Amino acid sequence: MIEQKKHSPLVEVKGLKQYFDIDVGFFRTKPLKAVDDVSFTINRGETLGLVGESGCGKTTVGRSMLHLYKPTGGEVWFDGQKMETPEDIRNLRKKATMVFQDPYSSLNPRMTVSDIVAEPLDVHKMYKDKAKRNARVLELLELVGLNSEHASRYAHEFSGGQRQRIGIARSLAINPGFIVCDEPVSALDVSIQAQVINMFDELQERLQLTYLFIAHDLLVVRHISDRIAVMYLGKMVELAPAEEIYNHPLHPYSRSLLSSVPLPDPRMARANKRIVLKGDIPSPLNAPSGCPFRTRCQYAAEVCAQSMPPFEEVKPGHFVACHRLEHIH
Amino acid sequence: MSLLQVKDLHTSFFTDAGEVKAVDGITFNLDRGKILGIVGESGSGKSVTAYSIMRILAPTGKIVHGSIKLEDTEIVGADEKVMHGIRGNKISIIFQDPMTSLNPTYTIEKQLMEGIMLHTGRNRRQARERALEMLQLVNVNEPKKRMKQYPFELSGGMRQRVMIAMALANEPDILIADEPTTALDVTIQAQILDLMQDLQHKLGMSIILITHDLGVVAQMCDEVVVMYAGSICERGTAEEIFYNPRHEYTKGLMRSIPTAANNGQCLEPISGTPVDLLNMPKGCPFAPRCDRAMKVCLSRRPGMLVINQDHYAACWINVKDFMDSEAGKQGAPIPYEEGVKHHD
Repeated sequence: MIEQKKHSPLVEVKGLKQYFDIDVGFFRTKPLKAVDDVSFTINRGETLGLVGESGCGKTTVGRSMLHLYKPTGGEVWFDGQKMETPEDIRNLRKKATMVFQDPYSSLNPRMTVSDIVAEPLDVHKMYKDKAKRNARVLELLELVGLNSEHASRYAHEFSGGQRQRIGIARSLAINPGFIVCDEPVSALDVSIQAQVINMFDELQERLQLTYLFIAHDLLVVRHISDRIAVMYLGKMVELAPAEEIYNHPLHPYSRSLLSSVPLPDPRMARANKRIVLKGDIPSPLNAPSGCPFRTRCQYAAEVCAQSMPPFEEVKPGHFVACHRLEHIH
Repeated sequence: MSLLQVKDLHTSFFTDAGEVKAVDGITFNLDRGKILGIVGESGSGKSVTAYSIMRILAPTGKIVHGSIKLEDTEIVGADEKVMHGIRGNKISIIFQDPMTSLNPTYTIEKQLMEGIMLHTGRNRRQARERALEMLQLVNVNEPKKRMKQYPFELSGGMRQRVMIAMALANEPDILIADEPTTALDVTIQAQILDLMQDLQHKLGMSIILITHDLGVVAQMCDEVVVMYAGSICERGTAEEIFYNPRHEYTKGLMRSIPTAANNGQCLEPISGTPVDLLNMPKGCPFAPRCDRAMKVCLSRRPGMLVINQDHYAACWINVKDFMDSEAGKQGAPIPYEEGVKHHD
């Protein structure tokens, strides 16, 4: 029973759309399709890595899933329940939280660490007894490798790595099952980054957490994720188990993205055949018709301009959206 | 003789809280036509080293001691007139964020022409021709159109290309690139690194590449300097540093990055937090975080030891290893690097 539950889907996203209205002159707006028709599931206890370059919509996916933005279209199912009414969303916020990228701007400088960590508990009125609440705060701090001495201090007294620990303690406060980690280690130095990555791993095991791990550092994502999804200009172009996507990427964009990662080994880095893309990412306000990647794709053909390729399962567990798969070698 | 020789350089910032020794006695050489990488985490002094070479430190910063020689010209203490002839002419620099280092109120053309006219005495028409030629060299598409545009109209990668065009317009001997691709996406980073390598082959200049990304270093650099808390831990050829690291900090860095080799395993992070530059430890700056620290590490700074002719490391463990070796037992002198003052 429990084993069966472990691999069942926890979060299901179906055709998620998130458009923003952008002013283009007086009284005229144009929709910016930040996320356009994205579907995926995340199973209990797994980490789904979400990669892509800046502006591809990966952060927006994380935020729309938690209804921090009201999605323009599509459905989000959490724990077998569709998120619809304000009541659903209030309940969702008790089960799903977020860790932010910047540990400097995401902590209120006027609040002590214990107040920051306790805020979700107070918002959801989880503890009536103050002593119990404070005990919970200490427990959370210890969980992330801090201690009671730190509780009465302010965020500015901590280093970047310690601040990120405070942010993680806050997100764990309500005992969530699911955490959206939005670039949680990008602002940290390499030596500290490894400490925080290990902590994410340990916490997942101890508390049976499910993560959506958003990052642009592909080596980090590979390390932490079970499956990886690649986004480009608001669309999901490929989704597969981590090792599969690293060893056999299918979409031309994923192939170029993965080959562009500089490897920390001089002989390998020099032997590595990089597929260097021409040009820049088009503006999402003027996204190309059909497949969004076609303007930079060396395999693009007429069909790519006419329609968006369907997101299909080509091997078990390996999804890709490309018209020209047979022509790629 | 090396093109650039930095010897026992000390640069400090004098703040209200006290003296911050951002660069604390570093020595290295840069040869003609080579790419030298300086790696380290934030606050390790890599950018301050670059700014010291360019003499563009903030007003509170001062080169306290040491020498920086560009061939025969001494940069430390040189008057501003000499520096005008060096900056942007013999040594150029590009920065991490191309948006803040380009002037938002000038067109690309005007910014490119400014440096060319200042240093070469070309007239406006010739300078404009040279500017266009440079934009073509760095593979900016539609260069004629770009000349009339403002920085905000260009993408990040395009701006960095413009910065590179500007820096190379006077064919400098040395290009200092301070985290040139940190703000860029990986596919754009690949384009810019390719471009830098290509231009280095074409123009034959030397590059000092400052970065925190060991992957970028592995791909680009001939020589590597690893910095921690204002000092050099170790330096040598890229092959030596990556395949035969001798300083515990370098080893720790290599273990903390996820690679194909340690995939699925726990990473081995370096414990502790970076040092406070206002309260530097007495001995080796890395000792408080070092798992293998000995008593001597906490009380005395290690000297720069010659590992082999391509490799130098400042770590007491290597000194101990030497003492325990055959040569050491027979009383051979410890092979410290010559001509560098040792701190106690």
